[in-house]
Amino acid sequence: MIGLQHYLVVSAILFVMGVFGIFLNRKNVIIILMAIELILLSVNINLVAFSAFLGDLVGQVFAMFVLTVAAGEAAIGLAILVIYFRGRGTIAVDDINRMKG
Amino acid sequence: MITVIAFYLFAAMVIASGTLTILARNPVHSVLWLILAFFNAAGLMILVGAEFIAMLLVIVYVGAVAVLFLFVVMMLDIDFAELRAGFAQYLPFGVLLVILLLAEMVFAVGAWTAGGVDIAAKAAPTPAEVPNIEALGTLIYTRYLFIFEGAGLVLLVALIGAIVLTHRVRGGVKTQNIAAQNQRRPEDAIRNVKPTIGKGVEL
Repeated sequence: MIGLQHYLVVSAILFVMGVFGIFLNRKNVIIILMAIELILLSVNINLVAFSAFLGDLVGQVFAMFVLTVAAGEAAIGLAILVIYFRGRGTIAVDDINRMKG
Repeated sequence: MITVIAFYLFAAMVIASGTLTILARNPVHSVLWLILAFFNAAGLMILVGAEFIAMLLVIVYVGAVAVLFLFVVMMLDIDFAELRAGFAQYLPFGVLLVILLLAEMVFAVGAWTAGGVDIAAKAAPTPAEVPNIEALGTLIYTRYLFIFEGAGLVLLVALIGAIVLTHRVRGGVKTQNIAAQNQRRPEDAIRNVKPTIGKGVEL
């Protein structure tokens, strides 16, 4: 039978994959944003699994808010990426030091 | 039995496609793997009875966010081969960190399984005999109404922010000004002249 631990393990592996993706693709900010989406997805799986197995609906409400914030973050992140690309012609982010104001 | 098979299928697929998202050479492939990961995560959530979140995941992520990613990846003309330089350089430290993080998480799950944690009273127990969407809707529109509206505000700020960030005024582009067109009166535009014969009209 599938228990809570199974879901937690899947979520943990997915979270670690997201962190790994940030380290692996340090120059490519698009992949970094996708890795952040993976991390938030694993958090959502965690919240929903706890909500289902503990019989408490609040976890799913929180998962919805996490989803909202993730969508906003993706939109703003990609907008910043587009204007950064417009200004420099590249998206290599390992040496961003023009944003000092 | 079918539940167990479905769980392992979805779990294996979500982990595999998550891994391929961060390892794919082509960012377009990365986005497509991300979409697959979201679909399988939605399947995992359906297995535990959270239909609303699963549908939200498919509609919001696959329908909007992933397409936004795809759009940006294809719109920007980027030399992705150059961006992959240093891939192997960061690998050892990343692997070290991953092993550390995974060990900690396995330890945490083990601690959870051992059952030493006492859970406080449930905030909103799942009502029996009520569909998931109905129960969730009742909760959102009563107790968590203000937080829900706050989430809407977050989306509004993100919407305005994205427009403000990427909007630019281009010079040398002629656009239609409808207000100015509507305000134009005949006396502004028409002039009656009576030229004498043999002389031209000065415009």
